[in-house]
Amino acid sequence: MSETVSSSSAKPARFVDPLDFLARYGTLVALALLIVFNLFFTRNFATLQTLNVNLTQVCTIVIVAIGMTMVIGTGGIDLSVGSIMAISGALAPLIFLGTIFPVGNMGVSVAVAIAVALLAATLLGLFNGWLVAKMRIQPIIATLVLFIAGRGIAQVLTNGNLQVFRVPEFQWIGLARPFGIPVQVMIMVVMIVLAAWVLQRTVFGRQILATGGNEKAADLAGIPVDRVKLAVYAISGFCAGVAGLVVIAINSASDANLVGLGMELDAIAAVAVGGTLLVGGKATVIGTLIGALTIQLVRYTLLANGLPEGAALMVQAAIIAGAVWLQQQGRVR
Amino acid sequence: MKRKVDMRVLLGTYGVVVALVLLIAFGWWRYENFLGMFNVMSVLRYNSMFALVALGMCFVIMTGGIDLSVGSAAALGSVAAALGSHYGIIPGIAGGVGAGLLVGVINGALVTRLNIMPFIATLATMLAASGAALLLANNQSVSISYETGFMNLGQGNLWILPIPAVIAALAYVVGSVILNFTSAGRTVLAIGGNEDATNMMGLRTGRIKFLTYLASGGLAGLAGVILAAQFGAGQPIEGVGWELFAIAAVVVGGTLLTGGKGSVGTTLAGVLLLGILFNMLNFENGMGWISLSAYWQSVIRGGFLLIVVIIQAKLMSKGARYVTS
Repeated sequence: MSETVSSSSAKPARFVDPLDFLARYGTLVALALLIVFNLFFTRNFATLQTLNVNLTQVCTIVIVAIGMTMVIGTGGIDLSVGSIMAISGALAPLIFLGTIFPVGNMGVSVAVAIAVALLAATLLGLFNGWLVAKMRIQPIIATLVLFIAGRGIAQVLTNGNLQVFRVPEFQWIGLARPFGIPVQVMIMVVMIVLAAWVLQRTVFGRQILATGGNEKAADLAGIPVDRVKLAVYAISGFCAGVAGLVVIAINSASDANLVGLGMELDAIAAVAVGGTLLVGGKATVIGTLIGALTIQLVRYTLLANGLPEGAALMVQAAIIAGAVWLQQQGRVR
Repeated sequence: MKRKVDMRVLLGTYGVVVALVLLIAFGWWRYENFLGMFNVMSVLRYNSMFALVALGMCFVIMTGGIDLSVGSAAALGSVAAALGSHYGIIPGIAGGVGAGLLVGVINGALVTRLNIMPFIATLATMLAASGAALLLANNQSVSISYETGFMNLGQGNLWILPIPAVIAALAYVVGSVILNFTSAGRTVLAIGGNEDATNMMGLRTGRIKFLTYLASGGLAGLAGVILAAQFGAGQPIEGVGWELFAIAAVVVGGTLLTGGKGSVGTTLAGVLLLGILFNMLNFENGMGWISLSAYWQSVIRGGFLLIVVIIQAKLMSKGARYVTS
């Protein structure tokens, strides 16, 4: 072990170590290669239509993965995001359709619906944080509780029914395109920028990484570890809530059985491929964005070129495993 | 001093057995036919698949790992078994278990050779296995052969016992013997306790870890065989969420997710606890006291898991305080 360390530190003169370079920028390189490949081989790739399809499909994953990045940065994990999406997606239509209380002004009621859905999602995230920080339950298990119960809550709320709606004020989130850019993409970009700023430039960001790096040391250094954990799970819940609203706005319908299904694993995969260490202590939101885009583009490339869904899943799996392996090569050195 | 720690840990571990007994007593008191032959046998028949998956998961978790691929491996196994069943029972079993073992080999290689974190390695194989299942099944369910008697593996009885339950019981006996009476079993616990130390002692940590993933995959494949036989078809999109159910059962059974401590017997108790809870909710529905829609069931299950893990956390933290003081 110690030999490898000394041998790598013995040649500092080398500017670019290929494996280390790939470990750092491999995902970015892969993304670039994918784009080049598609430009040559996939028909109609360089169109606004394609860009929109890919961005709208990846949007919700990225939004959820932003919160996941912060949670994983503290060394935790959040399996409940898909269920929280379902709850937020079930709550909002109940309100703006007037199922719970009569609607007066549609604009007001949409605003209330969004606020209530996001508040509920944040509170559920806070509940996860409470289990992890105060009850000292391992994050996988703590969030497994809501993973199991959450979807049931969404189904109970809606009685399992599909809620279809035609409410332009709300669907604006999913369908409108001011200046040709979908609103959901704008939301995603704003959230990415905000999260990247928080992680890199604020005390709270430092505290997240310190907690994930070495919790005991962080605690001894006076970092409010418990409060940091509460906050990241609440943020993760909030992000999931936003994603739930985006999904139902795109579909103009809310199905508690389907909204956010499997999202936790998509988000975790994006975070991992993006270079955030799953043990905590290092987190990059931009990396997460690139990770999600890469996974999405791989899928798109394969499906657009006629490969069946099953094959696309297998390649996706290989990409995830390969990317994480590559990153570890950089870390070992 | 030491005694007190043991008491806490004992309660933390065997609390699930107490809870199981209480739950069964409650069901017996509240519902007619709850302990009737038909209900008991159908609970055992239905939960044998989960029991097999949870057994493999238990071993993986005891090494400090995790296996998210078990649900997909079972789905892939069910498809392979259904395809194989047309050539006879043995090819059916071999197909299902073989497919599961293949997933296990890949998991083991990713975790022990490439040192990829178990969570990510098995997440990747989860996707790959479900992709393979879809490809193999051509995106639809694959019917089994009814002539070869393959369906007995899921629907048949040995004397009065459901065959799948007998298979699961055998697996648990073997698992228990391996854990408690072999050096491999002790190594599993040692790895979870402290992998580096175990490695330095000269134990083959890599090989043992590899074997736990292999076993987990094989058992998931076997669960897939039973799934195909029970439903009369290989189901490429079944198994969603099984991994988390298995993890919940293992944790309810008192096995620590950080590894190093665990029991095969209490894992079975955990499976039965969650399974019987589900069964009781069906009874509750049938009695018409409160009309519990299917949707309430997952809410109640989640709430139940919550209670169990909070109690466990309380017990453990008290135990820890004893150790430090």
